[in-house]
Amino acid sequence: MIADLFPHAQPGAGLIGGVMIGLAAAIMLLGLGRIAGVSGLAARATGIAGSGAPHGIAIAFILGLPLGASIVASVMDWKPATYPAPLMLVAAGLIVGFGTRLGSGCTSGHGVCGLSRLSWRSIVATGLFMASGFATVAVMRIAGVL
Amino acid sequence: MRIILALLSGTLFGAGLVISGMADPGRVRAFLDLFGRWDPTLAFVMGGAIVPMAIAWAVQRRLESPLGDKAFSLPATREIDTRLSVGAALFGIGWGLGGLCPGPAIASLSLSPVAVAPFVLAMFAGMGLHRLFIR
Repeated sequence: MIADLFPHAQPGAGLIGGVMIGLAAAIMLLGLGRIAGVSGLAARATGIAGSGAPHGIAIAFILGLPLGASIVASVMDWKPATYPAPLMLVAAGLIVGFGTRLGSGCTSGHGVCGLSRLSWRSIVATGLFMASGFATVAVMRIAGVL
Repeated sequence: MRIILALLSGTLFGAGLVISGMADPGRVRAFLDLFGRWDPTLAFVMGGAIVPMAIAWAVQRRLESPLGDKAFSLPATREIDTRLSVGAALFGIGWGLGGLCPGPAIASLSLSPVAVAPFVLAMFAGMGLHRLFIR
C-alpha cells in the first residue's frame, strides 16, 4: 500500500536501518551509560565541547560512523548520494553546528534517545526541528530552489 | 572495553544511517517536502530506532550502573528554555537546507568525502562559534 501511495519510499530499508541505529544507541546507553547524541559526541571528540563524555569514548564513537558507512557501502549495492551545492552546504553546516550546540542535541540525541525516554525537552526539540525543517523545505519549494 | 563498546556503537550507528537512507540528502529533503513528492521513509527510520531504545530505557531503569562503566551519565536538565527552542529551530533550518544532520554527515566522510567536507567543516565552525559567543 505504501509502495502504491509513495513509489519512492523504502520503508523496509528505513526500518532495518532504524533498528540498527536504535541498537547502536542501546549499546551506548546500557554499555556505557551515555546518550548516543552525535552532535554532543562530535563536539567532545574535537575538543570543541569543554565537558561531556571522555575523549576516548567520543572519538571512538565518531570514528565508528564513517567506518560503519564504508562497511555497508562495500557489502551492499550502494550508489553515491547527490548533494546540494557547496555554498548551500556551508550555510547549512554552520546553522546545524551552532543550532545543535545551542539546543543541546540533534536527530540522534533528541530524536532517537530523547523521544524514546519520553523526555519533554526532547519532545519539544524534535517537534521544533521537524517543524522548521518542513517550513524550510516549503520555502525552498516556493522560492524555486528545490 | 569502553573504547571497543563506543567504536561498536558508532560503527553500527553509521551502518544504520547508510542503510536507512538518512545519509542521502535527497531522501531527507523528500521527507521534509510535505508539499512536494513526500517520501515517508524517514518516519520508518525513526520508528525502527525508537523501539529498541524504548526497551533499552526500560532495562536502564532496573540497572544500578551500565554494564561497561561505573555510573550512568545522563542529561538531567528538565527546563524547556529559549536556548533549547531557538537551537532546535535553527537546527531544523540547516537540516532542511542541506538535507544532512551531524551523524549522516560525519558517516559520509568515508563515502563522499569531497562532497560532504564543506558541510562538516562548516558544522564544526558553527559549533566553535557557539563555544566562543554563548556563555
